[in-house]
Amino acid sequence: MPKRIIAGIQRVGHSTIEGIRRLGHATRFFLLVLLKSGTSLRRFNLVIRELFYVGVLSLIIIVVSGLFVGMVLGLQGYETLQKYGSESAVGTLVALSLVRELGPVVAALLFASRAGSAITAEIGLMKATEQLSAMGMMAVDPVARVVAPRFWAGVISMPLLAAIFSVMGVFGGYLVAVVFIGVDAGSFWSQMQSNVDFRIDILNGFIKSCFFGVAVTAIAVFEGYDSPPTAEGVSGATTRTVVTSSLVILGLDFILTAFMFRGL
Amino acid sequence: MQRATLDLWVGLFVMAGIAALMVLSLKVGNLDTYNGSDTYVVRGNFENIGGLKVRAPVKSSGVVVGRVANIQFSTKTYDAIVTMNIERRYQFPKDTFASILTSGLLGEQYIGLDAGGDEAMLKEGDTIMKTNSALVLEEMIGRFLFDKASDDNAF
Amino acid sequence: MSSETLVEISDLNFSYNTRRILNGVNMSMNRGQVIAIMGGSGSGKTTLLKLIGGEITPSSGYVKVSGQVIHELSRDALFAMRRKMGMLFQFGALFTDLSVFDNVAFQMREHTNLPESMIRDLVLMKLHAVGLRGAHHLMPAELSGGMARRVALARSIALDPMLIMFDEPFTGLDPISLSVIGSLIRRLTDALEMTSVIVTHDVQESLSIVDYVYFIADGVIAAHGTPDDVRASKAPFVHQFVHGETDGPVPFHYPAQTYLKDLQLEKTVA
Repeated sequence: MPKRIIAGIQRVGHSTIEGIRRLGHATRFFLLVLLKSGTSLRRFNLVIRELFYVGVLSLIIIVVSGLFVGMVLGLQGYETLQKYGSESAVGTLVALSLVRELGPVVAALLFASRAGSAITAEIGLMKATEQLSAMGMMAVDPVARVVAPRFWAGVISMPLLAAIFSVMGVFGGYLVAVVFIGVDAGSFWSQMQSNVDFRIDILNGFIKSCFFGVAVTAIAVFEGYDSPPTAEGVSGATTRTVVTSSLVILGLDFILTAFMFRGL
Repeated sequence: MQRATLDLWVGLFVMAGIAALMVLSLKVGNLDTYNGSDTYVVRGNFENIGGLKVRAPVKSSGVVVGRVANIQFSTKTYDAIVTMNIERRYQFPKDTFASILTSGLLGEQYIGLDAGGDEAMLKEGDTIMKTNSALVLEEMIGRFLFDKASDDNAF
Repeated sequence: MSSETLVEISDLNFSYNTRRILNGVNMSMNRGQVIAIMGGSGSGKTTLLKLIGGEITPSSGYVKVSGQVIHELSRDALFAMRRKMGMLFQFGALFTDLSVFDNVAFQMREHTNLPESMIRDLVLMKLHAVGLRGAHHLMPAELSGGMARRVALARSIALDPMLIMFDEPFTGLDPISLSVIGSLIRRLTDALEMTSVIVTHDVQESLSIVDYVYFIADGVIAAHGTPDDVRASKAPFVHQFVHGETDGPVPFHYPAQTYLKDLQLEKTVA
């Protein structure tokens, strides 16, 4: 059936071109948001308001997940390390895993599904109910007034949330290893401190979370602003935000890790 | 929600975030013991550094006094030049002995400093003359087998 | 009533992709008038409003508002022009995250440096004009459809515009809210000496408040005139529209092959 094969090839080609077109559209939108960020910086109250919805409301999920991830790391790390008689290294293991990888990555994944989807849904709904058009007709640019403050709130929140996640994780690891299992507290902290480096581990983890913050919020505001103005359109855009940001976070994490820890 | 309440929450959030960054830097990392401002640079040439890595600790009597900043290979002397940052509050005599040691049987390698008796102290950019290379396990085993073989031949 | 022309539309064409939506439309709207644009669903009425507001650019022809061609304005000039326009969207399009008060105050805060006490007075005056001064603390979600549209009306007159466009202001309202909105449009237009353009298909309500009516069908103006002209009109399209007959120039059936053929009853007998 050559006809069907040709149709299949056409479909693949079409969706490839469509994907590239969308990427270009997203990039242009991203630059537009940056260009129109002046208002947000001049009227920082707009950003503070969004910081509440994006940052403060994500705190609970970040704190609780961080604690549990740290406790699991402590438990698993202890189980493995005690076979080699080096259970005092559990502090190092917990801290390094969190600061380098799990803190930025898991916090960003949670952030994408908690705050990213909310941003997309909110902007999408504002579009569907013509609030964005109404704003434009009132001579107020919706990109500057609605999109940019949310973008910057996300960019500011992400590194802070990742740091809180890591600290909660270290505390969770401490709780399990030292308080419940009874690893010596002194060696737990000292091993951690002598093996975690400020520049290589903590600063790089911080830089990672900054990248993730930009990526997740940029995707979220784009999907919201670009969503078809219908109920299905908004729900589809919300799903796409979570899926796309998760993939981008993991892909970006690999690239950044390769740059940071392979001595480039 | 009232503006004041909102501002309060956002303020708390930002404070918590910055506090978390501080905890990471000071308590988890070692920013307080490792900052480049008040250290001085000392070099040492080693015949073989084994598995020594950049950032490995420099210890004296078991106390961390500095860190390895850089490792290079010299094509003039055909040995390794190790650059160390030593904290300024720890001064060492010129004839200090630097050796590459291993913590435990399989642990990480570090540089141990044994103070000598010279009056003059090491200054910024000085080179430690007396060094002792890393013990490489394969070489030790090889030497041991060789010695054993020659012992056996003696009979 | 002055007969000065505020909006002039000349030979306006607009296509969306290859579909022609407007096809040579000419209109003129005077200051102080309430003008209705009527037509069936999908006849390009809302597109016309978007063209007047400068949200989209015509394929050819132009829209002039107070002497300036809208699609030739720079972005800043367009935004300056829009401050003098108001638009009431179909379901109000109130900002759901702001209270009624803040919705009405929105443009004042964005575009003026008025002190908060004066904004408060102005907002309450605008809300009073639509009879909702007591509801200033409510959120949009707490309002009924008619109330939401009245708040949106108060918001669109916040900066005393010279032109307000209403996109289907009567849709989905009970008869009481409907006549409240209708009389508000008339009263505010007269009080503020502005021009109101209503896009609607509610014939009876609009005929009772407007000064002039345009009928759009298939992207062209099918008929126009004063409400009395329209009621008396013998033109088949207008007659069908005003009296709501199911069949006429606007056919009941979507174009198709013959019914018998579709049911496969036609040919095989022979």
